[in-house]
Amino acid sequence: MGFLAAIGRAVLHLLETTGSVSLFAGQALALSLRPPWHWRLIARQMMDIGYYSLPVVGMTALFTGMVLALQSYTGFSRFAADSAIPTVVVISITRELGPVIAGLMVAGRIGASMAAEIGTMRVTEQIDALSTLATNPMKYLVAPRLLAGMTMLPLLVLVADVIGVFGGYVVSVHKLGFNPASYLKRTFDYLQVMDVVSGLVKASVFGFLIALMGCYHGYRSRGGAQGVGTATTQAVVTASILILLSNYLITELFFSRQ
Amino acid sequence: MTAAPKIQVRGLSKRFGPKVVLDGVDLDIAQGESLVVIGGSGSGKSVMIKCILGLIAPDSGSIVIDGEDITKLDRRGRERVMGKFGMLFQGGALFDSLPVWENVAFGLIQGRGVSRGEAKAVALHKLAAVGLSEQVGNLHPSELSGGMQKRVALARAIATEPEIILFDEPTTGLDPIMADVINNLIVDCVHELGATTITITHDMHSARKIATRVAMIYGGRIIWNGPASAIDSSGNAYVDQFVNGHAEGPIKMEVRPL
Ligand SMILES: Nc1ncnc2c1ncn2[C@@H]1O[C@H](COP(=O)(O)OP(=O)(O)O)[C@@H](O)[C@H]1O
Ligand SMILES: [Mg+2]
Repeated sequence: MGFLAAIGRAVLHLLETTGSVSLFAGQALALSLRPPWHWRLIARQMMDIGYYSLPVVGMTALFTGMVLALQSYTGFSRFAADSAIPTVVVISITRELGPVIAGLMVAGRIGASMAAEIGTMRVTEQIDALSTLATNPMKYLVAPRLLAGMTMLPLLVLVADVIGVFGGYVVSVHKLGFNPASYLKRTFDYLQVMDVVSGLVKASVFGFLIALMGCYHGYRSRGGAQGVGTATTQAVVTASILILLSNYLITELFFSRQ
Repeated sequence: MTAAPKIQVRGLSKRFGPKVVLDGVDLDIAQGESLVVIGGSGSGKSVMIKCILGLIAPDSGSIVIDGEDITKLDRRGRERVMGKFGMLFQGGALFDSLPVWENVAFGLIQGRGVSRGEAKAVALHKLAAVGLSEQVGNLHPSELSGGMQKRVALARAIATEPEIILFDEPTTGLDPIMADVINNLIVDCVHELGATTITITHDMHSARKIATRVAMIYGGRIIWNGPASAIDSSGNAYVDQFVNGHAEGPIKMEVRPL
């Protein structure tokens, strides 16, 4: 019986959390879309999420593209299908790896720092102070982060796509002996607009989820430094899981009938 | 005393889990009065003041401000009533991402829509009133000493010239001289602004200086309240013990002998 009770408790807890996250998300989204907007804060968040994540995202995309070309080669060369490598690289990167890798890296970087910053503001009563100064903390703290997350992640992924494809190109041309011109031609031959668009849609969803988890856990944190630490961990873990889950769902939505 | 009180608290109760913190607080505060609430650490003083501010939702009871029961208001209404308040938080709760002057100007810029330039001028004026120079205005809160942080928090609480100002332990953790400086500032502010104030403290020196009336909270209720001059002749054993700072008396600390 204790076992069943434990399962019941876990399910209840999950439902409760889902409910409160949805409520939080709905409220924050409504405030994000309604004027007035805090342009200063939005711009600062955009810099943080977009610009300062470029090195990390660029580097991971580069190595991913490189290893993708290398691994595809070891597989495909057995069937004399090397010519498919450019297509495999570009489609894998734009549809899946670009968004997922950028999402996971940004979740680690930004999700954590959002949770830490907002969590610290919570435990030092700065969020209460906002309310007493006629400022809605959701509007002031959460809305700019959600907006910046949703808009900057697609841009980051666009960059990751280009760098990832370049990584595959470098390995293919310099290591695997491909002809540069025909590699590039093949890269674009089978690439469809939908491949890129689906990746950008994913990126926007991931950006939303990262900011949402960072803000939610920070906002709900309590109990001093330890509470903030827990919030930070949870923000990164839950964002990463949600990214992989929603990645699957969106892929199914876009491509299941093809 | 026929005029309706500025703030009227009736039957205010709040518990956290099994722990009953407030158990039916009744309190009247007249317009222009300076009420000091005394009571031991953990007796629920901060919780009470946060209920009055609308930051914590009470379990039961009413809080009537200018004839309006704020526990029955929606979010909009509460935000409007909150505009009447200024609050000095126990820990300062200064925004550490903003320079000092912007902390002080925050309520003017965000809440009242005053332009940044104009708000800065007001902020520097308020800072000067609490003895801080323009150079301090450009520092960040983390670069200030505890006493300076309290003074900034005080300047922020009064910057919008609110009708009701709440001070949560304004002198705790300060040296006696700085504590007296803060006491004088509070007395001056109240005189100049004609505000109604509630000050929480367990510093009796400070209480005597600031109060026109004193209330003592114990066991989740207001057990005594009367004019400041009556504090030494209250005839209440609890008040006597607290005012004179004796370990022996009706208030028992749960400690085990070494
Ligand atoms: N958000 C909260 N959750 C749980 N318990 C709380 C919370 N806020 C205050 N308490 C508890 O309420 C009691 C009164 O706290 P407080 O009002 O801060 O005391 P003080 O009179 O020293 O200001 C304390 O025992 C504290 O642990
Ligand atoms: Mg307190």
